[in-house]
Amino acid sequence: MQKKVIFRGTLLPIALLAPQLVVTVVFFFWPAGQAVYQSMLREDAFGLSSEFVGLENFREVLADPSWVHAALNTLVFSGCVAGLALGLALFLAVQADKSLRGATVYRSLLIWPYAVAPAVAAVLWLFLFQPQIGLIGRGLNAIGIPWDYRLNGTHAMILVIVAAAWKQLAYNFIFFLAGLQSIPASVLEAAAIDGARPARRFWTIIFPLLSPTTFFLLVVNLTYAFFETFGVIHALTGGGPAKATETLIYKVYIDGVENLNLGSSSAQSVILMVLVVLLTAFQFRAVEKKVHY
Amino acid sequence: MEAPPLIRDDALLRATRRRRLVSRVVAHAALILGVLIVAFPIWMTLVGSTHDSGTIGRGEVPLLPGTHAVENYATAWGKGGGVMRTTPASLMLWNSLLMAVLIAVGKIAISILSAYAVVFFRFPGRMAAFWAIFITLMLPVEVRIIPTFQVIVDLNLGNTWAGLVIPLIASATATLLFRQFFLTIPDEFVEAAKIDGAGPLRFLKDVVLPLSLTNIAALFVILFIYGWNQYLWPLLIINDRSMETIVVGLSKMIGRGDSQNDWNTIMATAVLALLPPVLVVALMQRWFVRGLTETEK
Amino acid sequence: MRRRSLAAGALALASLSAPFSARAQQPVEIQFWHGLSQPAGGLLEKIATDFNASQAQYRVVPTFRGSYPETAVAAIAAFRAGTAPHIVQMFEVGTGTMMSAGRAIKPLHEIIAETGVAIDTRDFIGPVAGYYSTADGKMMALPFNSSTAITFYNKDMFQRAGLDVNSFPATWEGVEQAARKLKAAGIECPMTTSWPSWLMVEELLAIHDVPLASKANGFEGLDTQLNLTNPLLVRHLTNLVNWQKEGLFRYGGRDSTADPMFPAGQCAISFASSGLRGRIEREAQFKWGAAMLPFYEGTRPRNSIIGGAAFWVMQRGPNTQRSPQELRGVAEFFRYATSPAVMAQWHQDTGYVPVTRAAYEASKAAGFYGRNPGADVPIEQMLRGGDPTPNSRGIRLGGFIEIRNIVQEEMERAFQGQATPEQALQSANTRGNQVLGNFERANSRAN
Repeated sequence: MQKKVIFRGTLLPIALLAPQLVVTVVFFFWPAGQAVYQSMLREDAFGLSSEFVGLENFREVLADPSWVHAALNTLVFSGCVAGLALGLALFLAVQADKSLRGATVYRSLLIWPYAVAPAVAAVLWLFLFQPQIGLIGRGLNAIGIPWDYRLNGTHAMILVIVAAAWKQLAYNFIFFLAGLQSIPASVLEAAAIDGARPARRFWTIIFPLLSPTTFFLLVVNLTYAFFETFGVIHALTGGGPAKATETLIYKVYIDGVENLNLGSSSAQSVILMVLVVLLTAFQFRAVEKKVHY
Repeated sequence: MEAPPLIRDDALLRATRRRRLVSRVVAHAALILGVLIVAFPIWMTLVGSTHDSGTIGRGEVPLLPGTHAVENYATAWGKGGGVMRTTPASLMLWNSLLMAVLIAVGKIAISILSAYAVVFFRFPGRMAAFWAIFITLMLPVEVRIIPTFQVIVDLNLGNTWAGLVIPLIASATATLLFRQFFLTIPDEFVEAAKIDGAGPLRFLKDVVLPLSLTNIAALFVILFIYGWNQYLWPLLIINDRSMETIVVGLSKMIGRGDSQNDWNTIMATAVLALLPPVLVVALMQRWFVRGLTETEK
Repeated sequence: MRRRSLAAGALALASLSAPFSARAQQPVEIQFWHGLSQPAGGLLEKIATDFNASQAQYRVVPTFRGSYPETAVAAIAAFRAGTAPHIVQMFEVGTGTMMSAGRAIKPLHEIIAETGVAIDTRDFIGPVAGYYSTADGKMMALPFNSSTAITFYNKDMFQRAGLDVNSFPATWEGVEQAARKLKAAGIECPMTTSWPSWLMVEELLAIHDVPLASKANGFEGLDTQLNLTNPLLVRHLTNLVNWQKEGLFRYGGRDSTADPMFPAGQCAISFASSGLRGRIEREAQFKWGAAMLPFYEGTRPRNSIIGGAAFWVMQRGPNTQRSPQELRGVAEFFRYATSPAVMAQWHQDTGYVPVTRAAYEASKAAGFYGRNPGADVPIEQMLRGGDPTPNSRGIRLGGFIEIRNIVQEEMERAFQGQATPEQALQSANTRGNQVLGNFERANSRAN
């Protein structure tokens, strides 16, 4: 996607890019380079003895059935989280965009939860869903649903999906709302006068105008689900029961930060990065063509 | 184009009215349900902060406020929840505020500049630069924490605000958002600017920034909260008590395993920790509500 | 106006964070990183503050570094960057990792020998000292906050089921009978357990004097193999799975997630860390009792092993050693922290086990156990059965954090019915041995 009309010059744009690039190179590429190097080492946690093992860590990771299992979990998890968080947020944003009494109150109440500290949010989720003492957990059991996420892998997966989507909902809501509000009222009025049914009007006129926002949010939500959800999983299920909620990034985090297998953890994160860069490149090629600017 | 006909007949008018009414009812119902789902945890935190510790610990999550509000908040504010807390909540709130503002402003500033360069110019290495920035989206600090920490120490930035803030500024989300938005700015605007003889920097200041206000406001809210809720990085990088943030202080109160948690104080502190971000949301909201009132431009 | 105060604030903070200038008569600073949340963390920091007030030569600076795993990563990252703290608090599962850390740590026995500060390591309670000692009895770290696992039971529920409220069955056979009666009395959760791997595997084996791993549970070398498929463990896991099917036992989740089920009055019997006591005291609205962990009939029960954490002394970085003065400061702080009065107070305030006999005696003399019946169950259980055997001394496995998770995962598979108890334990054994093998390979050249 490119603009047709542009400014000329080389020095200025490079100067504008420089701050971002410097920070990126120093705090991302430098450590990432070290992580790539680390992925070819077998080392004790303190870095006192290390052995260069080439691609052995990679071979081990890819041959590990639990890695493949985690990859499948990641697909299910990320798809559901992104779908749920985007769909619900779009729906709510459209409702909140109508000129309603109390719209401001609704908007605030839908945005605030984003500010709850993750550590507290995790505790609340546990309080709510604990099968014996949690409000919702008890409720589910009372109406005959044998809810127990500690032993039922499906329940555990639902729990982490809901918790992760909940956290992202406000984020998506804010951007959808901002996107909706920047659509000129004249366009909306023209559409309304056309007399098309509201649902049709939405999909044929408004949604295409939202597509840059939607594309941005799709990318952000997928990367969120892939990379930033280990905290939620760690706090709620610890990847269990058995390995039912273990995702790729959770494995990277646990192997690196808890198990201190730096070599394996680095190899996993390198593989993961390659996968996601490919996925994103694909998104840019396939989806962005359909985005309406 | 023909002017739209005025109301053609009463039936249509009534149908439109009915449709509007239905749409409004649906909207209210959906929003109330949404708020119930989304804001419920906040309500729980609020309610939890007004009960005694045992009630919450037992899991008897009450739905209505209790009677211990005053003492819980007094403890949270004054003693910070612990027997021997030494960093007062006020200082931690200030530290968090500073960190969150620096991160949000820093991210927005460098992202606008780089997105502007990528969208409005064509120069060698443009896409390479964009991708280089974009990839940083892919790996949160937590996962590359040991090498990143080493870089900070090598640069002598350990235990400093610079070391705390700068690595967190490098993120692609904001750049991507601005790129997406800049692409929607019509080409005619650029042409008009060129005809007027305005240079790229003037165009940025006079046209692009004002147009981006809604997005900047939305992004500021998001990034402020992102910065506010940072946990693992400040925990690792800061040695100095006087730089401790409220979220770290809060986590200090939530123990796993053997610990007895003072849930009431934790909830009260959580509410205190929630106030500044909520204030930011409330203040910033004016900016993105503005779009609604000023759409005729 | 606002901008100015912002700048002033930033300036003030910047000056605060400037490196400490080495002035004359400045006390030697001892960085101390810990992983205890409130309120225990506050009490721990108070001990450091009191120590600082008691003398002028050294100043201990305690800093909270998150949960134990987070504290461990922070210390390791700092060590690799050459900025490690003097003292780091490390949880018991990290012991194997620290023991194999070679020149990253400074062993306690060397510090005592070099500084001559009198810390009486023989006064430490057997299983506590043993956990942190080499196979030939040299203490590597200073145990400080130790707990063990015990039984808590709901006396009101026992009464309802017609059971004797003042004596908890000593054996698993007795517990099974009691659970049946509890269930018959309409109690939905007769028993549960926290920390499935620690309690139902590690403690069980120690109490029955059965090895968890070869080479004396790993004390005698890194080339150790797990022994998870032994008949006792198969029998116990089979029992648990059957009890779960029968409705006598409820699986409460990994690590400490089952903790709230007892104080909430859901479960009649709960096997948990002795540290849960404080929470039960505060939250439970029923009469309850504490008892030792059960054993199977026909065994002579040994001591239980410990949980909790110890203080490790670290070198500054791979190539920087501590000065004698710094080590002396560390040793003085250690002596202060484990002195009878301080340790007894810590024990009474927090519910952690008194790690020295002197502190135990001091608490006894002060009438603490008279006022708090059952508070001596943990320590009595740790002194049970005489001196610890090689199987009850402790566990010294590399990668133990990961192994514990593997054991919990496989136990979950057994509880889910996805695997038989034998299959689950076999799989845990194989996967755990792989971790041990990798750890041996990565660490064998460090020493």
